[in-house]
Amino acid sequence: MNELSMVYGMGLAALLFLLGFIGVVIRRNTLFVLMCLEIMINAAGLAFIVAGARWSSPDGNTMFILIIAVAAAEAAIGLGLLLQLQKRFRTIDIDAASEMHG
Amino acid sequence: MEFTFFAAGIVALATTARVITCANPVHALLYLITSMLALAIDFYALGAAFAAVLEVVVYAGAIMVLFVFVVMMLNLNNETVAREKSWLRPQLWAGPAAAAGLLLLALLWALIFGGIEYGGIAGNELAAREVGMNLFGPYVLVVELAAFLLLATLVVAAHIGRDDTDHVSDAAARGERVTTNVRESR
Repeated sequence: MNELSMVYGMGLAALLFLLGFIGVVIRRNTLFVLMCLEIMINAAGLAFIVAGARWSSPDGNTMFILIIAVAAAEAAIGLGLLLQLQKRFRTIDIDAASEMHG
Repeated sequence: MEFTFFAAGIVALATTARVITCANPVHALLYLITSMLALAIDFYALGAAFAAVLEVVVYAGAIMVLFVFVVMMLNLNNETVAREKSWLRPQLWAGPAAAAGLLLLALLWALIFGGIEYGGIAGNELAAREVGMNLFGPYVLVVELAAFLLLATLVVAAHIGRDDTDHVSDAAARGERVTTNVRESR
């Protein structure tokens, strides 16, 4: 694997991360915010895989497995919070929960 | 031999862009699953076949099923039959299906013309054996930490997702003041 390909792989990971970040910023539906968080975590995993392929090391895949564990934990808790938000506020607009006015 | 990587990468970018611009959650979920399949083919093209399998099985399989469950739980009060019928229109699944077809073409191209290199950028394939030995060799402490994380997630999800309408109705039956504030009711 040459240097140029690593640039492309990292560029793809950066673009996907950027798309996920834009989604988190522009969407107010909590379900879409959680989906965009998944996209960002996935892009981070892609960066680890690309780096692992660059140096032919299994460390990238190892970190990817741990990233999957983190993503599963985030999805479970986030969707639980989403269900509570729907139950208490009758909406899944994330601005409805801004009672602290931070 | 970088065709597969670039084709799957373009499909991943396009479907992800559709995810953040879609208004309908079901459309967005279909595009998100297609984007994860595209990323899996990218992993495959990079030589990480084990990570590609995990991406499909755990990400596109298990985690996305959680999202689908929640989408189905959120709106149960509408007229369900008409909505189901509207979800079976071709224009709903035509986009993700076309993207997945492109992915299939890229994968077939890699398998037919790629030969031993899997149509990928990297020559070295990392098998599950090296990953497993790495995971339970130098990384065993991180595996334990992941176990702690998942246990804590189980406890937190069971606490957040609990249904406390029974307590509220019991309190109402006893004539007590019903508090909806989380902090007070605890």
